[in-house]
This record gives sequence, structure tokens and C-alpha cells, in this order.
Amino acid sequence: MSSRSDAEQTYYVPEQSKLPFLATIGLATFIYGAGATLNAARAGDPDPMSWLLPGGFAFFVAVLWQWFGTSIREHRLGLANAQLRRSYVLGMQWFIFSEVMFFFAFFLALAYVRLFVVPWLGGEGDHGLANRLWSGFAAEWPPSQTPQQALDAAGGTQLTARQSEFLAPPSTVSWSGIPLLNTILLLSSSVTLHFAHVALRGGRRGAMNVLLALTLALGMTFVALQAWEYHHAYTDLGLTLKSGIYGSTFYLLTGFHGLHVCIGALMLSVTLARARFAGDFTPEDHFGFQAASWYWHFVDVVWVCLFLSVYLL
Amino acid sequence: MAADHHGPAKGIGRWLFTTNHKDIGTMYLWFSFTMFIVGGLFALVIRTELFQPGLQFVKPEFFNQMTTMHGLVMVFGAIMPAWVGLANWMIPLMIGAPDMALPRMNNWSFWILPFAFAMLVATLFSEAGAPNFGWTFYAPLSTAYAPSSVTFFIFGVHLMGMSSIMGAINVIATIINMRAPGMTYMKMPMFVWTWLITAFLLIAVMPVLAGVVTMMLFDIHFGTSFFSAAGGGDPVLFQHVFWFFGHPEVYIMILPAFGVISEVLPTFARKPLFGYTSMVYATASIAFLSFIVWAHHMFTVGMPIAGELFFMYATMLIAVPTGVKVFNWVTTMFRGSLSFETPMLFAIAFIVLFTIGGFSGIMLAMAPLDFQYHDTYFVVAHFHYVLVQGALFSIYCGVYYWLPKWTGHMYDETLSKAHFWLTFIGVNLAFFPMHFVGLAGMPRRIPDYALQFADFNMLSSIGAYVTGFSQLIFLYVVIRCIRGGRPATDRVWEASHGLEWSVPSPAPYHTFAIPPQVR
Amino acid sequence: MLSESRRRGTRVLAGIMLACAVHAQASEPAHSSINLSPGVTTVSQAIYDLHMYTLWVCVAIGVVVFGVMFWSIFAHRKSKGAVASSFHESTSLEIAWTIAPFLILLTFAAPATNTLLSIYDADEAELDVMITGYQWKWKYEYLDQGVAFFSSLSTPRESWDTIGVQQVPPRGENYLLEVDEPLVLPAGKKVRFLVTAADVIHSWWVPQLGVKKDAIPGFINETWTRVERTGTYRGQCAELCGKDHGFMPIVVEVVDEQQFASWLGERRARAEQERVLAAQTLTMDELMQRGEAVYTRSCAACHQPNGEGVPPAFPALKGSAIATGPLEQHLDIVLNGKAGTAMAAFAAQLGHADLAAVITYERNAWGNDTGDMVQPSDVARFEQSE
Ligand code: HEA
Ligand code: HEA
Ligand code: HEC
Ligand code: CUA
Ligand SMILES: [Cu+2]
Repeated sequence: MSSRSDAEQTYYVPEQSKLPFLATIGLATFIYGAGATLNAARAGDPDPMSWLLPGGFAFFVAVLWQWFGTSIREHRLGLANAQLRRSYVLGMQWFIFSEVMFFFAFFLALAYVRLFVVPWLGGEGDHGLANRLWSGFAAEWPPSQTPQQALDAAGGTQLTARQSEFLAPPSTVSWSGIPLLNTILLLSSSVTLHFAHVALRGGRRGAMNVLLALTLALGMTFVALQAWEYHHAYTDLGLTLKSGIYGSTFYLLTGFHGLHVCIGALMLSVTLARARFAGDFTPEDHFGFQAASWYWHFVDVVWVCLFLSVYLL
Repeated sequence: MAADHHGPAKGIGRWLFTTNHKDIGTMYLWFSFTMFIVGGLFALVIRTELFQPGLQFVKPEFFNQMTTMHGLVMVFGAIMPAWVGLANWMIPLMIGAPDMALPRMNNWSFWILPFAFAMLVATLFSEAGAPNFGWTFYAPLSTAYAPSSVTFFIFGVHLMGMSSIMGAINVIATIINMRAPGMTYMKMPMFVWTWLITAFLLIAVMPVLAGVVTMMLFDIHFGTSFFSAAGGGDPVLFQHVFWFFGHPEVYIMILPAFGVISEVLPTFARKPLFGYTSMVYATASIAFLSFIVWAHHMFTVGMPIAGELFFMYATMLIAVPTGVKVFNWVTTMFRGSLSFETPMLFAIAFIVLFTIGGFSGIMLAMAPLDFQYHDTYFVVAHFHYVLVQGALFSIYCGVYYWLPKWTGHMYDETLSKAHFWLTFIGVNLAFFPMHFVGLAGMPRRIPDYALQFADFNMLSSIGAYVTGFSQLIFLYVVIRCIRGGRPATDRVWEASHGLEWSVPSPAPYHTFAIPPQVR
Repeated sequence: MLSESRRRGTRVLAGIMLACAVHAQASEPAHSSINLSPGVTTVSQAIYDLHMYTLWVCVAIGVVVFGVMFWSIFAHRKSKGAVASSFHESTSLEIAWTIAPFLILLTFAAPATNTLLSIYDADEAELDVMITGYQWKWKYEYLDQGVAFFSSLSTPRESWDTIGVQQVPPRGENYLLEVDEPLVLPAGKKVRFLVTAADVIHSWWVPQLGVKKDAIPGFINETWTRVERTGTYRGQCAELCGKDHGFMPIVVEVVDEQQFASWLGERRARAEQERVLAAQTLTMDELMQRGEAVYTRSCAACHQPNGEGVPPAFPALKGSAIATGPLEQHLDIVLNGKAGTAMAAFAAQLGHADLAAVITYERNAWGNDTGDMVQPSDVARFEQSE
């Protein structure tokens, strides 16, 4: 059999690690806490274990921090050979693919609702009969009334048990204001990020740092504007999660996108910090940079799809 | 890093903190077996209640919880983790890699599972009771009308999804990146091929499942109306998104099975696998088709006719690549030199019984026929033939096949054959009569039934007990084999071939530190 | 030895499959307990024929495939000294067995398409019936006929709710497949069903008619039937819909046209009586008697016959704050239901007389001795005041 030193050269097997198990504890505590908190809120009960959610979350984040830190350290020590680096690359790419599919579920829902459900409820197409139950509801997007509202207005009685009051917003978010601005912001951030990468490969670290910072600033502006738009929608427009299917799809799609922008921004901040303060990344070897940048571009592409299907069409 | 990380650590820490693919594979397999027992006990509650007409032991609300938990635990707790366990153990050995590509994440994928299932099973003891809306959890029964435990169910599904996605990413990265020099794609063992495609399916559809439960979460807690017509949503939307995940999911459970059978048959037929190339293409075609057939679970929801027809034709097409596989297997046996060790018995039984399950699948695929079959025991018979006699049998097949490699001992041939035959009799007794009661009109998910179904239900229940009892033999055989027994040779089987047989039995803690050269 | 017994096992299996198919053809449709019934409509007959055809083709494929396999097991055994060949591919063979199944599938797809098209053709119906699934009963509404009623399980609870019961009463032939008010249809007429649900998804299924359609809350599905033969046809709800999913049967009674007309007339008269009753003032005894009947039919599934419910999902009414407290609240929850729970708005399901009776009953049964009496007119007044 082989000698051990050979093994070390060909492949790095990390030693035992407490990180994954601790991460599991954090994750499980956090998730269980989230369930308990939500259920208590729904039942209107006080939640004796309300600390589980934030506590678990904080612990989880701390462990992940350690974990990424460890990987970065190993990388610096040169323990990660070419093969392991390729594994990281593959891991990140497939992770992004899984994120794509997560968004796909919501886009699928949006498409199905717009192409089929709303027309049916409004009396059009194969299932137009449904309109008998919601007389007064007209198929349009965005709907100016929810089926429930339309029926109430027409003086009919609702057959399905009323589970909630769904009130369509008097007006909806137009594409031409903040959304358009946000599209421009996010698209330019992808451009700046791309040139940061070019700068890194060309060994121009100063330019890279500036461009990274610029990307981050654009991203943060996006988030801020998005938050402002939400505020506006909730308070001025009356567009809420309870605004029927328009509100549901609008907030879940843009909300999960916003969450991903935040995650991407966090990745970019770490990248920037590593580049600026730790002098990480070389023109040849900069997996961390690359991962963050792929993620950012992915978030950008999702936004473009979103802009088209949620705001524009 | 320590220089001596090459042997297993001592104590419980070995298992909690391990990054070794063999340890993690072992943990997955034990977890899976535990869940199989738990899910099996739930099944026994169901079968006990259905032994005779009338409510005998459990109330309808508890019966529904049993059905739901049985389906969930078996699918997500028993079958899927068993495959990930086998992948962990065998893929590095089969492609000549020292470990999985991302060993720490590997540990994480595993340890999430026990927590997720503990949370899920614990709901049984809560005041509101466990989820009771079937493993397919159709809205609005699972949203507006659900017990409060649904929140934990949703988060449990999120956790399982994370675990599966990370496991699948690991498998893909391992297969793409860690093959020994010379191991081209078209030289990979079939088990590795089928797992590569399975991993792709997992990464593609588990996030969609996460998406649909997230919509549920918002409908329940935050007032959205995805699945409520009053707000402009549609309960059927749930079904579309769910089955977009759900149908590929059933192939996730069966593709690795095809791989195992394709490994085992050549060994005991002493003849190379027939049609390796077409096997690869057939597997890929099945995976591709699996994305465009989902609505065959929804023929009765009132889809427009164009949809019915499309999904009917697409579903029927799956018989073609699956047929290629079956024919290739049979031809592999043809003019071989067959012997009938336990893995081979399971493999042969798999081919026959899975094909019977496939036949009932084709009958279900025909929309007008499905109007009569849908939600009856005919469907239950179908999917137990493909899942129990299919997936589960092939897992047993793989475990017996590789057990000597894992433990270094041969298992007890007589007892293992007893395990096979009793299980074989048990499951057929349990599930074959379900075809009859289903066709005669017995709906699924009911705790009590009309009198004309009584005889066959009693048979089914007896079959279930026989099956359950026989699994104890398996447990005994495995424990004995770990403890000792006739030492296994490196090759174990006379005609086995592949890299996993070139390392010693039991496989050392670290293998292929130097990549082997494959020609 | 092994393969010997294995082959015997398979022969037995094949035997069972064959026996079932043969038996199915020989036996009376109504009593077949191992195969689909050919049913009593052209659709159900077409489905049955296609079912038998695919079954036999699958058996034939099975015989060939398993035949080759068992031949190998028999003839190419190592213990008999078989020596393995080494062939491992044959492009022509592989192409052949890709194409053959495809052709076979075409012969399945063609008739399946035809049958499906006819199932989807609900045009030119002579009678429209709206079917609404409720937890756990069906509502039938004859559109434009002024007739509507609920239909629920009539098998007495004592004969199925038997946990821990020593002496189970004898069970009738139609155990769990009988209802208080069957759906009555005229023979020979094309009847269109509009299927929907009020709470969760149900599925309306009568095997003999070859009809199964999901009832989706908030949407309406369309299907149809035309039954030539008079008779009684039974089915069950076929979609998991909660606790009593197993206890919501369907009974269709097909009668000749004359009988149907007189049945409709009788139904309309009964509806008229209800209206009269709602204008009257009832005595306590009348209210209690009627109330108990309504309670058993509409409420006992959840709140249980003894009023103790199934906490926490379904609260007890015995001694409950609402059932013994202010009348307004009681009227409110029964008439309007409670959003986000299984408690439905019964104003949409019951007439004023029934509502008055059931509320009176709840306020006086099981030791809830409030002595309160609620009249139909009280219910009407409460509705108006809202
Ligand atoms: C491992 C899991 C597995 C596998 C492999 C399959 C395989 C198939 N399944 Fe099954 N199925 C399930 C698991 C699985 N299924 C589950 C769990 C459910 C129920 C879910 C629920 O509701 O709870 C279900 C339900 C289900 C339905 C919905 C039924 C209903 O609810 O009304 C349908 C309908 O089309 C269907 C079809 C098929 C088909 C066509 C195949 C095909 O892949 C089969 C192909 C194989 C063959 C056909 C045999 C070999 C081929 C030949 C020998 C060639 C020649 C053959 C011919 C020409 C016919 N399945
Ligand atoms: C994925 C795999 C899988 C497996 C392996 C099984 C295995 C079994 N299943 Fe099933 N089943 C499903 C998946 C599976 N099932 C799914 C998805 C559903 C649909 C759920 C739904 O409708 O939502 C279903 C539904 C289902 C039903 C229909 C329920 C209903 O509609 O109400 C029935 C009824 O008989 C049943 C029975 C069985 C039986 C008897 C077994 C047997 O094979 C089990 C045998 C195993 C045991 C019995 C355990 C053995 C161990 C012991 C007894 C030892 C005890 C030891 C110790 C305590 C140390 N299953
Ligand atoms: C499908 C199940 C179901 C049926 C049928 C049903 N109920 Fe209820 N009922 C409920 C549930 C669930 C609640 C609890 C609502 C809540 O959370 O406040 C409830 C609550 C009540 C209450 C209030 C009890 C209390 O103290 O909180 C009354 C009174 C009541 N129901 C009367 C009736 C009457 C009268 C009928 C029949 C005409 C009926 N119910 C049928 C499910 C049902
Ligand atoms: Cu109604 Cu099941
Ligand atoms: Cu499917």
C-alpha cells in the first residue's frame, strides 16, 4: 500500500470537525424556535421559548462564521489542493442551480395563476364555470378586486368557508418608478462586479477594491429602495401579503429575491474585507471572490426575470 | 491538522464529528433502517386497523396521522437516506476516490436528518396530533384545515430538503471531480451513473418542494392566498407544484435501484452487463421524462383536455426506456452461468416484481382508466410494488452484496435466504390483494371499509405481519455479520469486478489514498 | 432446488392474475370483488374494455419477458455446469426492443384518447345537478328545479364506531355505502354534474357510472353521465378530506322518467312545508326532537353524539361557554362559522327551522339545561340584524 505522505500530496482529507454537528444544533434550535414562535403567535398564546429562535439563529450564524473562517484559513495554508478547489467550484455552481429551482417554483406559481387561475375565476376558458361561485369577478391582472371582494360587492354568498379577508390593493406598484431604477442599479452592479473581477485577474488590486465597494454600494442602495417601496406599498397603496394572489406572488417573489440580495451583499462584504484587509485572492486563485460574484450575477438574473414578470408584463 | 487522522477516532466523537465517507455511510444506513422500523410500525397500525371492518383500535383522526407519517417516514426517512448511505459508502470506492468531495458538508447533511425526523415524529405526542393530511399534503386540508403541527412539518421538510440538496451536491462533485485517472464517464459503474442522474434530479426538485411548503407557510401564518380561490389562488396550484417535485421524487427512489441491479446481475450471471450504453441513455431519458409527466397524479382534478392528453402520452413513453432496462437485464442473465446467492435472489425478485409494478403504472397512466383507479388501493398496490418490491428490495440486494466488503465477514447464507423468502412471501401477500380491492372500489386512506373488501384486507394484514417479522431476521443477520463470521476475501464474489473489490475486506478506513489507474 | 420453488411461486402468481381476469369476466358486475366493474354506462364500459385489454397485453409481455428469464434461470445455471457467454451488446436487438413497446403503447393510446374525449364532452345535457362536497356529506342541487338537499352516511354509528365495544350490532349488506337521501336521476337522460366543494377537496366517485371528479373549493368541474338501466349505484368520496373521509358515501338511484317527475314534485312540496314551518312557533318538544335529528346529521361528526367533541380539534359543546352562554354568540358561530377552523357557516346549509331546532337542542341536551328556546323567527331576526 501507499505511504501516507503520498496521500497527503494527492488529496486533503480534513480531520474530524465539530463544525457540522454544531451547525446542526444551531439550525435545529433555530428552526424549532421559529415553529414554536409562529404557532404561539397564531394561537395568540405567549411563547415561553421565544428565545429559541434568535438564540438558535445567532449560534447557527456563529458556527457558520467559524466554518467559513476555517475553510479560508485552510486555503491560505495551501491545504486546499487543485482538486479540492474544483470541488468547491462545483459545489457552489450546483448550489446556485438549486437556488434557481427554488425561484422556479414561485415563477411557476405566478405563471399558472396568471395564465389559468385568474381567467378561470373570471369566467374565461375551460374552467370559466368557476365564475358562478364568484359572480362579479372579472379576469384582469393585476386584479382590481379579489374574487371574495367581487362577490361581496355583487351581494352573493361565499360557498367556501371564509378563511380570511382578502382585499385587493386600490392601486399597484408601477414598473416605471423604483423598480426601473432598481433594475438599472442591479444591472450596473453586475457590470462593476465584472470589472472588479477583470481588475483582480489583471493584478490591479486597488481598482478591484474600489469596484467591489461600488458594487456593494449599488446593492445596498437597491435594498434600501426596495425597503422603501415595501413601506410605500404597505402604508400608502394598501398592498399587503393579504391582498389576494397579487400581493402573495408580489411579496414572495420580490421578498425572497431581496433576501438573496442581502445574502449576496454579505458575501461581497466578506470578499471586500478579505481583499482589503487580509490581502486574500490572487489573479490565479480566488475561489471566494468567484463564488460571491457568481451568486451576485445569479441574483441579478433573477431580478431581470422578476422585473419582466412581476412588474412589466 | 493532525498527522494521524487516518484511523477512526475513539468514542462517540467518531460519529458526531466524522468526515469519513464510510462512517457517514454507515450512519445513514442505520438511520434509514431505524426509520424503516418506525415507518413499518406505523404501517402495522394501519394494517391492524384494517384487519377487519369496523373501527377496532384507532380513531379515524389518528389513522390519518398514521397514513401520513408512514408515507413521509418511509419516503424521506427510510428509502432516500438508504440510497445516500450506499452512495457514501460505495461511490468513492467504485470510482477510486479517497473520500467524498466535500467531507464536512457530508457530515452536516447527515446530522440534519435525525433532528428533522425527531421534530416530525415528536408531533405525534403533541396535543394537536401529527400531520394528518397524507404524505402528499394537499391544500387546503394541509393549510386552512391543518392541525398546528403543520408548522413543524413544514420546517421538517425544509430541513430534509437542505440535507438532500447538500448530499446531492456532494455526490455530483465527487463523481465529476474525483474519478481515478482513466475512469471516463462511459467506464463508470452503473450505480455511479444512476446516482449522478439521481443527484441531478434531487438538486432540481428538492428546492421546488421547499418552495411549495414555503407557500403553505405563508398561507397559514401570513394571510397569503396561493391556495385559496377567494383571494385569486387555486388549491390545484399546490398539486402542480407538489407533483413537479413529487414525480421526479419517485425516480429518485428507483434510479439508484436500477444501478444496484446492474451491478449485481453481471456478478452472479458471470457475464458482462448487456447494453451498458443503452442503460446510460435509458436512465437519462427516464430522468428527462420525469420532469414532464407530473400531472398524471392529477387526472381527476379537471385539467383541460389538452393537458390530460399531453401528460398521458408523456407518461406512457416512460415505459420505453424502462423496458430497455428490463430487457437488458434479462439478456444479461440469458446464457450466463447463474448462481443464486442472496443478492441475486433479491435482484431477480426485483426485476419481476418491479415490472409488475411498472405494468400497473402504465395502466394508471391512461387517463380514462385512472378515473376508475385514482385514489383506490390499486394505486397503493402500484406504488408498493415499485417502492417495496422495487426500491426496498434493491436496497437489500445492495446491502447483502456489499456487506462482506464493509464488515470483512460473510453473512449467514441460510438466514439471509430465509429473510429473502419470508419477505418475498410477506410483501406479495400484503400488496397483491390490494390490486383486487382497489379495482373492486376500495378508496385509499380510509380506516374502515365496506364488507366485500374484508377477505383481501385480512390477507394483506397477515402479509404485513409476515413482512415485519422477517425484518428482524435481517437485523440479526447484519449484527452477526458485523460481530464475526467466515472471513470474506477481497473479491468476495467469484465474478465480481470493479474497483471496490480491489481493496481489502473490510475496506480500510481510508482507501485509494493514491488514485488507482483505470484502463 | 431454489429456482424450482421460485418458478412454482411465479406460476402461482401468474395463476392468480389469470384467475382474477377470467373470474371478472364471468361474474356479475355488482358482486365482483376483484376487478373493475363494467358498470352501467357507455363510458364505464369503454373504460372496462380498455382496462381488460391493457391487462392482457401486460400479462402477455410479462409471460414473454419472465419466460425468457426463467428459462435462463432453469437452463443457464452454474450448478448445471452452464458456461457464461460474453456477448454484451447488439444494436439491432436494442433498437428492436425500443420500438416494439412504443408500437404497443400506440395501441393503448388510441382508444384511451377516444374514451377521454367522450368523458370530456358534457354538452347537450338534459339535466344539471350541482354537487357540493362538505366535510363529510354531499349537497345535491337540481339547477332550475328548486330542489336541493344534503346526503350523508346513514349506517348507524354503533355499527362502525366500535372501538372497545364487545357486542357489535350486525352489519347490513351496504355497510358504509348507504345514505339518508340518495341522488335521484332519471334513466336515459344525459345529466351534467357541476362539482365543487365548500371546504377542502373531495372527489365524487361512482364506479358503476365510470365517473370520478374532484370537488375543488372555489372552482367548478364539469362531468356527465347517462344511465340507461334503473337501479341503485354506490360510491365513495375519493380524496382525503379529513377525519371522516372514509364515511362519506354516495348513492345514486336511477329511476324511470315518471318516477323521477313525481319524486321532484314530492321534493318541492317538502321544501314548501319547510317554509311554512319556518313561519311557525314550535314547542320545546318539537324543537328538541327536530334538533336532535339535525344534530346527528350535521354536527355529531365533529362535536360527537354525546356533545363532548374531540378536543382540541373539535371543542365540546357539553358545558361549553358558548352553548350555555349568551344566545347571540351561539347564533353567531352556528350561522357564520369561525374563519380558519373547520366550523362552517351553517346558515348556508340549514333552514331557519333546523337552525332554531339544533341550537335549542344544544342549549338543552347533555345537561346544558339553559331552558332556552329558539324559534325560527329568532334566527330570521338575528340574520336581519347583521
Ligand atoms: C419508485 C417509485 C415509482 C416508480 C418507479 C413508478 C413508476 C411509474 N408510475 Fe407510479 N407512483 C409512485 C411511485 C412510482 N411509480 C407513487 C409513490 C405513486 C402514488 C403517489 C401518491 O398518490 O401517494 C404513484 C402513482 C402513479 C400514478 C398516479 C395514480 C393516481 O394517483 O391515480 C401514475 C399515473 O400515471 C403512475 C404511473 C407510473 C408509470 C407509468 C411508471 C413507469 O415508470 C413504469 C414503467 C415500467 C414498466 C412499464 C415496466 C417495464 C417495461 C417493459 C417490460 C416494457 C414493455 C411494457 C409496455 C409496453 C407496457 N404512478
Ligand atoms: C417508501 C416506501 C414504503 C414502504 C417501504 C412501505 C411499506 C409498507 N407499507 Fe406503505 N406507503 C408508502 C410508502 C411505503 N410503504 C406511501 C408513500 C404511502 C402513501 C401514504 C399516504 O397515503 O399519504 C403508503 C401507504 C400505505 C398504505 C395505505 C394507507 C392508506 O391509504 O390509508 C398501507 C396499507 O396497508 C401501507 C402498508 C405498508 C406495509 C404493510 C408496508 C411493509 O412493507 C412494512 C414492513 C415493515 C415493518 C412492518 C417494520 C418491521 C419491523 C418490526 C415489526 C420490528 C419491530 C422491532 C423493534 C421494535 C426492534 N402503506
Ligand atoms: C367539520 C366539523 C364541524 C361540524 C360539522 C360542526 N362543527 Fe361546530 N365547531 C367546529 C370547530 C372546529 C369549532 C371550534 C371553532 C373555534 O376554534 O372556535 C366549533 C365550534 C362550535 C361551537 C362553539 C363551541 C365553543 O364553546 O367554542 C358551537 C356552538 C358549534 N360549533 C355548534 C355546531 C353546530 C350547531 C353544528 C351543526 C349544525 C356544528 N357545530 C357542526 C367544527 C364543526
Ligand atoms: Cu370527502 Cu373524502
Ligand atoms: Cu408519478
